Amino acid sequence: MSAANTTTPAKVPPPRQAPPPPPDVPGRSRKPRAAGGAAVPWGLLAPCLLVLVVVLGYPLVRLVTLSFQKFGQSQLWGFQPAENVGFDNFATVLGDDEFWAVVVRTLVFAVGSVIFTMVAGMLIALLLQRVSGWVKTLVNIALVASWGMPVIVATTVFKWLFDSDYGVFNALLSRLPGVDLIGHNWFASGPQGLAVIMLLVVWGAVPFVVITLGAGLTQVPKEMEEAARLDGAGAWGVFRYVTLPILKPIIVMLTTLSVIWDMGVFPQVFVMRNGHPEAEFQVLTTYSYDKAFVVNDYGQGSAIALVTVVLLLGVVAVYMRQMLKIGEVE
Amino acid sequence: MSATAVPSKAAERPAPRPAARPGGSRRKRRTRAGWNVLGLLVFVVVGFPVYWMLNTAVKPAKDAIDPDPSLLPTGLTLSNFRRALDIADFWGPVGRSLVVSLSVVLIGIAVGMLAALAISRFAFRGRKVVIVAILAVQMIPLVAMIIPVFLLLNDLGQYDKLSGLILTYLTFILPFTVWTLRGFIVNIPRELEEAAMVDGCSRTGAFVRVVFPLLAPGLVATSVYGFIQAWNEYLYALMLMSQQKQTATVWLANFTTKHGTEYAPMMAGATMMAIPIVVLFLLVQRKMAAGLTAGAVKG
Repeated sequence: MSAANTTTPAKVPPPRQAPPPPPDVPGRSRKPRAAGGAAVPWGLLAPCLLVLVVVLGYPLVRLVTLSFQKFGQSQLWGFQPAENVGFDNFATVLGDDEFWAVVVRTLVFAVGSVIFTMVAGMLIALLLQRVSGWVKTLVNIALVASWGMPVIVATTVFKWLFDSDYGVFNALLSRLPGVDLIGHNWFASGPQGLAVIMLLVVWGAVPFVVITLGAGLTQVPKEMEEAARLDGAGAWGVFRYVTLPILKPIIVMLTTLSVIWDMGVFPQVFVMRNGHPEAEFQVLTTYSYDKAFVVNDYGQGSAIALVTVVLLLGVVAVYMRQMLKIGEVE
Repeated sequence: MSATAVPSKAAERPAPRPAARPGGSRRKRRTRAGWNVLGLLVFVVVGFPVYWMLNTAVKPAKDAIDPDPSLLPTGLTLSNFRRALDIADFWGPVGRSLVVSLSVVLIGIAVGMLAALAISRFAFRGRKVVIVAILAVQMIPLVAMIIPVFLLLNDLGQYDKLSGLILTYLTFILPFTVWTLRGFIVNIPRELEEAAMVDGCSRTGAFVRVVFPLLAPGLVATSVYGFIQAWNEYLYALMLMSQQKQTATVWLANFTTKHGTEYAPMMAGATMMAIPIVVLFLLVQRKMAAGLTAGAVKG
């Protein structure tokens, strides 16, 4: 809505008053000057579309065809043509218990990260409304600094924080009475190691959530909160019945984006495990990478990547629907 | 603050208010202090990894392997930075990263601006499809595309070439660039352009003289953001380039020495990589934060 309004201010009361039934029609009638036909806009779009089709569209198609082919080292070097094997790759992948373990691990990791990120983000955003100005500035500086940290830098820093012998995390915990964690290796077990990686992912993701939710919170009308309070709502009631519904579109979008990002976590796991994630650290992305570039079975690797994309499609659909609903696309 | 407000209020409403107020504000002040303490806790927790990176980078290397490290800085030395530069070629990877990121941004902005103009200033059949497609493309998990992109560049003879990496990164930043620039263009009133055209400018002239200057801040912010994305990318840089041509992120991730990982020089390397990026990020963050969820509330 905001976008459409600013484009054509005041010019278009007529189409507005008429009930605008199909979403396409008002969009077009709001852009009345279709000067010069369609050649100019398509010409302007051409370079962009060309790049996207060649380096994104074509590989996407190739990903699908690859997943139906036997494609290994000899096909890569061109010694043998790729052989079509139908659903063999999918049958192998889906019939593998390890694959399902990886799927479950990825989902648990992603859902855990998203919930952790959203709850922490919401709490910090609400907290920032209540603190003094100077505290808010301090927190914002820390948030933006952690947000701006390159992922690889953040990963190496966390590797250092959680180092078994000299890591400051073990040292700090060991100062507590009765705790001795010096020399504890967090990456000896999958769940503990993934918890550390989750912490890293959440640490990197929270700032975006806090700042976006913070911007959203400023849009919640004070009068509505006041009215709810007069009607006897407590702090939780005001949040549950006033703040939350108003923020819902933002929350939906942040959640869907977070799911997409956290399902696609790669460098954090890969670099944390020095380029060779152990079996209990594999998530879908590293598993697909391993199958392709370590085992040299590009067909199976593509099949796994394709399954990942399909798993995400539902989430992407929610995001797109939300974008369309708020009229950003007009 | 409330002290200045009380007298005028008291004058209007004599009886109960003045008595109730001070007590209320004291309680308010106490809860405010409680929130502030919590806020400071958040500050410490969120900021600690950054602090520890800087702290480790400047402390003498022997203090970095103290099993009971001091939380405060123990000394100030640049020897870790010197060591980081010595262990492996640092400027080579940084130079390559710079070349790649700058090329990606320059081409991306030019191409992206044209596309953004097309979808924000023209009405044509298929416009909505293009917009939805650009939005959707942004959602493709790039990690899933590494296999076919690797094979494609291999076929094109672009494996282990900076140009191949530039082409790949271009597709990563283009959808975002188009989308964000579109947002900036849409906010420039069309009437300004029309006025210029009435005054005798051609359509292109109106764009160059009116829209472009107004768009400049948006262009800068989007470029910086694209630069950061390209600079930070790791997986494709790792896969598409050989060890001899590694970029800065791969350099940092591979930071090990004959004696295993030396963390103090590694943190020095991390600091060198992070500081320029964080500074750039600080400059544009305010403008870009809204990008992905623009309009979500106002709608």
